[in-house]
Amino acid sequence: MAIEVKNIVKRFGAFAALDHVDLKVADGELVALLGPSGSGKTTLLRIIAGLDWPDAGELSFDGENALARGASERHVGFVFQHYALFRHMTVFENVAFGLRVQPRAVRKDEAGIRARVRELLDLVQLDWLSDRYPSQLSGGQRQRIALARALAIEPRILLLDEPFGALDAKVRKELRQWLRSLHSEIHVTSIFVTHDQEEALEVANRVVVMDKGRIEQIGTPGEVYDNPATAFVHGFIGESIVLPVDISDGCVRLGGKALNIAAEGAASGASKLFVRRHDMQVGPAGSGALEGAVRHVRSFGPIQRAEIALSGGKTVIEIDAPRERELRPGDIVGLQPRRYRIFAARE
Amino acid sequence: MSAAAARRSTLPGFGLTMGLTLTWLSVIILIPLAGLFLKTSELSLDQFWGIVTSRRTLNALRISFGLAFAAAAVNLVMGTIIVWALVRYRFPGRRLFDAIVDIPFALPTAVAGIALTSLFAQKGWLGAPLAELGIKVAFTPVGIFVAMIFIGIPFVVRTVQPVLIDLDVEIEEAAASLGANRWHTVSKVILPSLIPALLTGFALAFARAVGEYGSVIFIAGNLPNVSEIAPLLIVIRLSEFRYADATAIAIVMLVASFLIIFAVNRLQRWAQVRIPAH
Amino acid sequence: MNLPQSSLSSARDDLRTEPRAIRLVIIAIAVIFLTVFVVLPLVVVFAQAFSRGIGAYFSALSDPEARAAIKLTLGVAAISVGLNLAFGLVAAWAIAKFDFRGKTFLISLIDLPFSVSPVISGLVFVLLFGAQGYWGPWLQSHNVHVLFAMPGIVLATIFVTFPFVARALIPLMQEQGTQEEEAAISLGASGLQTFFRVTLPNIKWGVLYGVLLCNARAMGEFGAVSVVSGHIRGETNTMPLLVEILYNEYQFVSSFAVASLLAMLALITLVAKTILERHLDEGQFPRGD
Repeated sequence: MAIEVKNIVKRFGAFAALDHVDLKVADGELVALLGPSGSGKTTLLRIIAGLDWPDAGELSFDGENALARGASERHVGFVFQHYALFRHMTVFENVAFGLRVQPRAVRKDEAGIRARVRELLDLVQLDWLSDRYPSQLSGGQRQRIALARALAIEPRILLLDEPFGALDAKVRKELRQWLRSLHSEIHVTSIFVTHDQEEALEVANRVVVMDKGRIEQIGTPGEVYDNPATAFVHGFIGESIVLPVDISDGCVRLGGKALNIAAEGAASGASKLFVRRHDMQVGPAGSGALEGAVRHVRSFGPIQRAEIALSGGKTVIEIDAPRERELRPGDIVGLQPRRYRIFAARE
Repeated sequence: MSAAAARRSTLPGFGLTMGLTLTWLSVIILIPLAGLFLKTSELSLDQFWGIVTSRRTLNALRISFGLAFAAAAVNLVMGTIIVWALVRYRFPGRRLFDAIVDIPFALPTAVAGIALTSLFAQKGWLGAPLAELGIKVAFTPVGIFVAMIFIGIPFVVRTVQPVLIDLDVEIEEAAASLGANRWHTVSKVILPSLIPALLTGFALAFARAVGEYGSVIFIAGNLPNVSEIAPLLIVIRLSEFRYADATAIAIVMLVASFLIIFAVNRLQRWAQVRIPAH
Repeated sequence: MNLPQSSLSSARDDLRTEPRAIRLVIIAIAVIFLTVFVVLPLVVVFAQAFSRGIGAYFSALSDPEARAAIKLTLGVAAISVGLNLAFGLVAAWAIAKFDFRGKTFLISLIDLPFSVSPVISGLVFVLLFGAQGYWGPWLQSHNVHVLFAMPGIVLATIFVTFPFVARALIPLMQEQGTQEEEAAISLGASGLQTFFRVTLPNIKWGVLYGVLLCNARAMGEFGAVSVVSGHIRGETNTMPLLVEILYNEYQFVSSFAVASLLAMLALITLVAKTILERHLDEGQFPRGD
């Protein structure tokens, strides 16, 4: 089921939760909506599900207007952040719920329902829990049951709202991989919301980066990481060094001093220089566009992370360098950005 | 394929349930109350004043409000003692006594009325010994006072109880370690933090006692100007078909009660500012 | 209500307790006060009811007037509780599951009967339906009897017991939130299916609690019903009204006998209330972990 979001606007009072959002999701894709809190990602997800309504804009599933129907008729599976399992029903009844409330004409008979529930519990590998109550399950188990419940109605679209947000780190990692392999088995168009970039980059086919109700960039994990389209994306994804610079006559200046790096067509005026921590090359003093003194070094694995105070100011940056050239506190080094982006400074 | 309907809610049924709620509310509460205010507005200010300031009415109001205030004050003191004993001490039967605090609230008022009368009558279990001491309770204002104490018991206790239970242990320990003796700690540290709850309990007991009918009319003498409570006067006026009089007295009672509760709420907020809860 | 106590913390408690003598005095005052004002009245009811023996007790209860009063009380309570239950469920759904302006005001309106004297609660209906009330003449010309008949009693009882179920359900449903209902809707359930399959099972203890309190008040209401009933023997006397009439006629044993039934109802209500409160506190389902 392909999804098309056109020009969706949603306001809460004066606050614009979604500000003219456009998005296309192809059939069978696994898409992540990534952004900080307040970016509008959950609002967008709920609008697609029918749990919220936009103030303006269009939404269609496979070309059909989805806004003409309520949540109960859209055939969309929704997995809530806090599972929303029915606390007074057993696991079995939870998963069976969607099948039991179907109109009589379409409803399976009891045997059919049981078979399907068994099938789903097998799929999430929790058939041995079918007589328990939600309060007796762990967080990870509850989430898998919530997923099974959503899949029971054979949804055309699967929506997950920060599905692993309430779980601890180890369980989160396991479930991430599990979700990925599940998706490759079932191929349902899926959208999940997360504020964890590692999760989005690891799991999704495509990532939609959002901030303040707008889409900043849409792309594969690789594209979004390597070629961030805006300052926000660069800053939000991966660890970056951000330096305030000034562009004039094609020349890049930091604190008044000209840096020996190309302006790469950046517009004149106040701007920000973004460099990934590991894209800053370290050499002997005088060998790079920037210079600084090493204050502190931490080593782990093949990387040493150094805190460097740039000369001529109070700026302190953190860089990642390979272990070959060991850095020591007090060393004066030259820094050359290998890859970088310059974005105009925004308020 | 154009934009969605502007305001739809996730869960269905709002229109229906809200409509039913408002309809039912209007029929049962708003229309009867409107009748009350309509009747009041039929009186001119002079007429209203005349009814309200008649000797009998004034006395009835004085008795109702005055004795309710006194009874609530007694409940304030006794309620504090009771809730202190229930929360802080252990003694045999504590759970039982805790449970029976609710009885004045749950017992039908007529039952309470005849029970108290029987108890405090001249030949009653308590009335007899008191008569020996020269104290007559039943069929006097004292009886009204006693009945009003009875029905107010749960209010102070139940309002203060959760606050006392949640009181921070460390605050008391801090006071003690700073050298305060027990009386100082209690009077200057603990009791002040209970003041908002105490005032609320007082107001609730007061409001309940003012409007109380069933528990009081058996033990009261019901003599006009002496031991006649305002609710009884309302009933009498209704039976005389003097609807306007009855309404006027009712309005005075309502307004006075709301004013007093409003004042107590104010007092509460003031107390909370000066002595913020932990 | 239980302070943590172990031998290790006894030193801590010493700092926080009064000297023994004071403690005893306080406990004594509390116990004596409660005994005099609460226990004795309760005991007196039963003592007087049985003061002429068990035979007299039961014959008082099987008196035709007593039976009529019991029947009327049960009938009025059933209707009032039923209607207020339906209202409570509907109002709680509208208030707890949706956002709208004026919610506090609406809840205050629902709470109104609590702050009104019972006599005034009866008064308002007399003003509407009484012989000189706004609709009195019209009713009389159509031979419809509201006051001095069951409809009036039912109306007054509904008024005074109006808030009980709603007040028990609204905070409970607000606390439970809307997530489970949203999940049900997303799975294809209709509004009614969601309400009956998801919401209702979650609030069942709250419903029982509200119904319990509503019933206790409905059966025991005196002031409001007294004003509207006309005290017609054998017809419009509920149990509390009968208690009054018998007492005023010096038929003490009969009066206290009927009163004892109401007292037993109060005790049962209190016990049930305590049990239900425990259920409501611990959530509704046993914890597996």
